[in-house]
Amino acid sequence: MHPPFDPARGWRLHPQVAVRPEPFGALLYHFGTRKLSFVKSRTMLAVVDALGEYADARSACRAAGVADDQQGPYLRALGTLAASNMLVPR
Amino acid sequence: MTNTVQVPSLIEQFERGLDAPICLTWELTYACNLACVHCLSSSGKRDPRELSTRQCMGIIDELERMQVFYVNIGGGEPGLRPDFWELVDYATAHHVGVKFSTNGVRITPEVAARLAVSDYVDVQISLDGATAEVNDAVRGPGSFAMAIGALENLSAAGFKDAKISVVMTRHNVDQLDEFTTLAARYGATLRITRLRPSGRGADVWEELHPTADQQVALYDWLVAHGERVLTGDSFFHLSALGAPGALAGLNMCGAGRVVCLIDPVGDVYACPFAIHDRFLAGNVLSDGGFDDVWKNAPLFRELRQPQSAGACASCGHFDSCRGGCMAAKFFTGLPLAGPDPECVQGYGAAALSRHRDRPRPSGDHSRKGPVPLKLTTKPPLRPCNESPV
Repeated sequence: MHPPFDPARGWRLHPQVAVRPEPFGALLYHFGTRKLSFVKSRTMLAVVDALGEYADARSACRAAGVADDQQGPYLRALGTLAASNMLVPR
Repeated sequence: MTNTVQVPSLIEQFERGLDAPICLTWELTYACNLACVHCLSSSGKRDPRELSTRQCMGIIDELERMQVFYVNIGGGEPGLRPDFWELVDYATAHHVGVKFSTNGVRITPEVAARLAVSDYVDVQISLDGATAEVNDAVRGPGSFAMAIGALENLSAAGFKDAKISVVMTRHNVDQLDEFTTLAARYGATLRITRLRPSGRGADVWEELHPTADQQVALYDWLVAHGERVLTGDSFFHLSALGAPGALAGLNMCGAGRVVCLIDPVGDVYACPFAIHDRFLAGNVLSDGGFDDVWKNAPLFRELRQPQSAGACASCGHFDSCRGGCMAAKFFTGLPLAGPDPECVQGYGAAALSRHRDRPRPSGDHSRKGPVPLKLTTKPPLRPCNESPV
């Protein structure tokens, strides 16, 4: 149903998604799908926060301090969020 | 639903509590047009001390500040409050989403049309049987037809993805596929939750809770269909039946840690299944507001400390089920540090067979005497009892 997550393009939070920072990362709630997701680290939250300001997901990872060779898990997590419509293409 | 970056243990963090609940249940009134035999809140009559419209709005303002994303509104029957729709509108305007549970009594075609245009309101229609026979035995005569009527109205109005909310009992657990078919017919999603021995449920739990064989069948069904059914993550006591993670969702007790209950008079309890003085944390009116109760109530602070596994400490499945449901233990008279009454390893059944004292309920709003719905099934003694004309 969803195309595979493309880290070379730009992404942003769905406008109906609210973010609540937590010590472990953040809670994300989508008011449209009424689904809750967990962002499980502060670094991942920084990646999500940076998404909207960068032209592609890899640049957002770099901006959050995640080096290119360590981005795998973060991009997979972004893919999970995109699959549940928490993230949408810019 | 979750992603998997750098997780030592999310559950451990949640067990230590969050600064605000992930979501909470808010029973708006104890008034109800039905008298379900298993009602968690022993509802029936309105409590004269129930919160005013303005007081409810004050709570919503606080929930907005705390970034509580949504509330599960129930009762009683919340639709019986004259200000119900006003409060729903106020909450959604203040970024607090609403999921409300109803028996369908107020879901007219007009209401359904209103609901269909809101992105922030979710509707759960309670139904405890896929047939009128099974449902009405628990929820009362005519309640199946009323719920189906509500689902028809929602569907006709174009409301997307209503929830059909089913409490699993010995008599409906074999109807899971029929419930799935029913949900598909109305474009709805099936939501099933565990029967708790709370409220009036304490009196019927022994005869209504699923048998051990049914628990296994339910677990297998959940593992096979878990992606398409909602559970409120309420079946974590079953997770010891299989591999860790086989059962979808957060398999832990969130009481006082990530969830809680606000009752119609503003009392805050650890969870919706624990309306009892033992689990009363405070009151939003007399104890400095909800935020203060959530953060500082001694009961909640205690629940956020590491809990003793008690008799379960030597069981190899403790990491899966974590001792099960606190409220289920409490209301069946079992020690909180020990097995769940429905422990899938059989320790619950053994504990239930020993002497135990069930706690007395600390609140009852049931209507006394015959329920009007039943009265009408009896022929009047004299014609003038039926009609004064």
